[in-house]
Amino acid sequence: MKSINEIEEIRKKKREELDLRVNIQAKGIEKHILVCHGTGCTSSKSVDIIHKFRKIIEEKNIKNVRVIQTGCFGLCSKGPIVIIRPEDIFYSMVTPNDCEEIINNHIIKGEIVERLLCKDIDGTEVKRLDELNFYKKQQRIALKNCGVIDPENIDEYIAFDGFKALEKVLTTMSRDEVIQEISDSGLRGRGGAGFPTGKKWSFVKLEPEGQKYVVCNADEGDPGAFMDRSILEGDPHSVIEAMMIAGYAIGADKGYIYVRAEYPIAVHRLEIAINQEREYGLLGKNILGTNFNFDVEIRLGAGAFVCGEETALLESIEGKRGQPRVKPPYPAHSGLWGKPTLINNVETYANITRIILNGAKWYAGIGTKTSKGTKVFALGGNVNNVGLVEVPMGTTLREIIYDIGGGIPNGRKFKAAQTGGPSGGCIPKEYLDTPIDYESLNSIGSMMGSGGLIVIDDTKCMVNLAKFYLDFTVSESCGKCTPCRIGTKRMLEILEKICNGKGKLEDLDNLNKIANTVKNASVCGLGQTAPNPVLSTMKYFEEEYKDHVLNYECKAKECKSLTKIEINPEICRGCGLCKKACPVSAIEGEPGKKHHIIQDKCIKCRTCMQKCPFKAIN
Amino acid sequence: MHEKQLNCDNCMEKNVKNEVENMLKNYTKEKDNLIKILNEIQTKYGYIPQIAQMAVSNYLDMPLAEIYGVITFYSRFTLKPKGKYNVSVCLGTACFVKGSKELLERAKSKLGIEAGETTKDGKFSIDETRCVGACGLAPVFTINNEVYGKATVKKIDEVIEEYMQKD
Repeated sequence: MKSINEIEEIRKKKREELDLRVNIQAKGIEKHILVCHGTGCTSSKSVDIIHKFRKIIEEKNIKNVRVIQTGCFGLCSKGPIVIIRPEDIFYSMVTPNDCEEIINNHIIKGEIVERLLCKDIDGTEVKRLDELNFYKKQQRIALKNCGVIDPENIDEYIAFDGFKALEKVLTTMSRDEVIQEISDSGLRGRGGAGFPTGKKWSFVKLEPEGQKYVVCNADEGDPGAFMDRSILEGDPHSVIEAMMIAGYAIGADKGYIYVRAEYPIAVHRLEIAINQEREYGLLGKNILGTNFNFDVEIRLGAGAFVCGEETALLESIEGKRGQPRVKPPYPAHSGLWGKPTLINNVETYANITRIILNGAKWYAGIGTKTSKGTKVFALGGNVNNVGLVEVPMGTTLREIIYDIGGGIPNGRKFKAAQTGGPSGGCIPKEYLDTPIDYESLNSIGSMMGSGGLIVIDDTKCMVNLAKFYLDFTVSESCGKCTPCRIGTKRMLEILEKICNGKGKLEDLDNLNKIANTVKNASVCGLGQTAPNPVLSTMKYFEEEYKDHVLNYECKAKECKSLTKIEINPEICRGCGLCKKACPVSAIEGEPGKKHHIIQDKCIKCRTCMQKCPFKAIN
Repeated sequence: MHEKQLNCDNCMEKNVKNEVENMLKNYTKEKDNLIKILNEIQTKYGYIPQIAQMAVSNYLDMPLAEIYGVITFYSRFTLKPKGKYNVSVCLGTACFVKGSKELLERAKSKLGIEAGETTKDGKFSIDETRCVGACGLAPVFTINNEVYGKATVKKIDEVIEEYMQKD
């Protein structure tokens, strides 16, 4: 078991050693090659890159160079990403074949490999990460260590103020002071609903002393959101440390992390983190020589969206079907096995240590009047820079999508932004300049949700999108309460009818009525928010719904029954690219002559549309 | 049927039963271990065989129906074996808006099965998944553990062809 002094010693020594990670002017001859080992980059073979670098370094017997696997740098669409420190040179879309050149030219000769540098959207070449427009408006608090430290090495976490907040809390603060600090910071739940975190903590503390639990909700079910996973993959200790601080404050000695089994890398990193903490005596009995005891266990989810709902999650931890409980009683009063339980989301926890170290006042100085701090968004869909962004609350959608995200690719136009996943709504371009916080999103019919932000361009049909979300909620509805189980199914049927060209005007009325019933009468958050994608698209894109039911037309050409893909003979030059690309051989035409599509064979996959250099197909 | 399976010498069920019983020794008999145990069985066999359910039922002293209820609730657990090559198309939102539905349709028509089914020869199965987390590479499909990003209908065609040539 390590004492406070021993941890401090590790911190000092390691911090000096790792100065080059954050200080571009760091002295010394050592170089670190940082390679992203998050899920995005791993999917494009970043592990092979790490192996290749290590192999070359060993073969050439190069000294003073280390290859480090880190968490996500954020800019996933440019992955796999490699960064060389201390000079902070940033290489994008690296393959294992590039490793030799990076070592020979950059590491040995000190020459930058120009061809691997990243080009910003405006075409300027970028050498350093912070020169990218993508990073300029970001402020990293929850993601601070992601991409800086090796998440599988506890000493690196300790070097960057790891466990300093825990030490401060255990040795200098009373339990009430901790809760007061969190309350003063204005931090609100990052899982979606935005309940004030300090208040939640105080409710659990007020319960009579006895067995209490701290739970971390890492069941990130929103398709398209991956910030919780990235935090667990890039900085697992910060979440566990925050759970300990929460445990101290509310009087709990046991924590559970409920994480999706679909996140194998995150689970693996958590296991390593917990083992290392136990080894250092940071989990277990008499932590840091005080009389505080705490231990953490991982529980795996098994693919049920509803388990992100706190009471369903508790049921699942208990080994049962994840069906929500009726509230009240709230988990703070009767949670896991009937005991008082505190549940917070991963990103909420990731803010705690910073608040304790930098003070509530600092945190409350960031953000808007009602929503403090920063929020991490998983920016995806039809946008140039796909990845994770952390911005102060109050940043506008336009800043996120255009300044950070680099706008819409392929010369298309912005149509809507979808926030909050299947529980959220679609925001049209009129609201691009709304400063984002919990209240503003609710007032325009969407919600913060966990922070998925999907950009939709003008080739997408909003009715079809609403159908997509409904399809999701229908299959994820747990079936416990009738409005959600039957209501969502009926809504989906109506949407299918509309998309198939069989809808009538009165269907829109019915859809609206059912949606409101489901919203008002469902037991849990899943059902209460499931109609949001339908209601918001009906509100902002009413014309599109009407086109479907009155004119039997889908202007975006997504609803197959209502569309035909055709080649414009005026523009076609007979290059044959479309014919070659068609997977079902539905295109006919001699080289140099006009081509045409055989409608019976066409599966409307649009591959030809993407291939045509003359934009003759639509 | 239960008896018959237990009396069957050298059959697969018996092996599975023994293996699962050995596996169970690593767990205490608390009922909240159920999902953990099922996760391990699913990972090992690619589905949850009936004989394994019975073993778990005995061990945790829980009715089989309750275990069945839990299995059918969670999408990760399956009662049927998956194919040797499991084609899994991501239908997360980021992939959806980039056309992953077309990929799924193509995989289905190419293999002649629906999502959740396995081909008769046991070689292929198709799954719909919700977000594998590689949104930067959307649209994405996976075959076993291999991830194919920035996919097109043509690409999924070619990749499936490739696997068809394999054993």
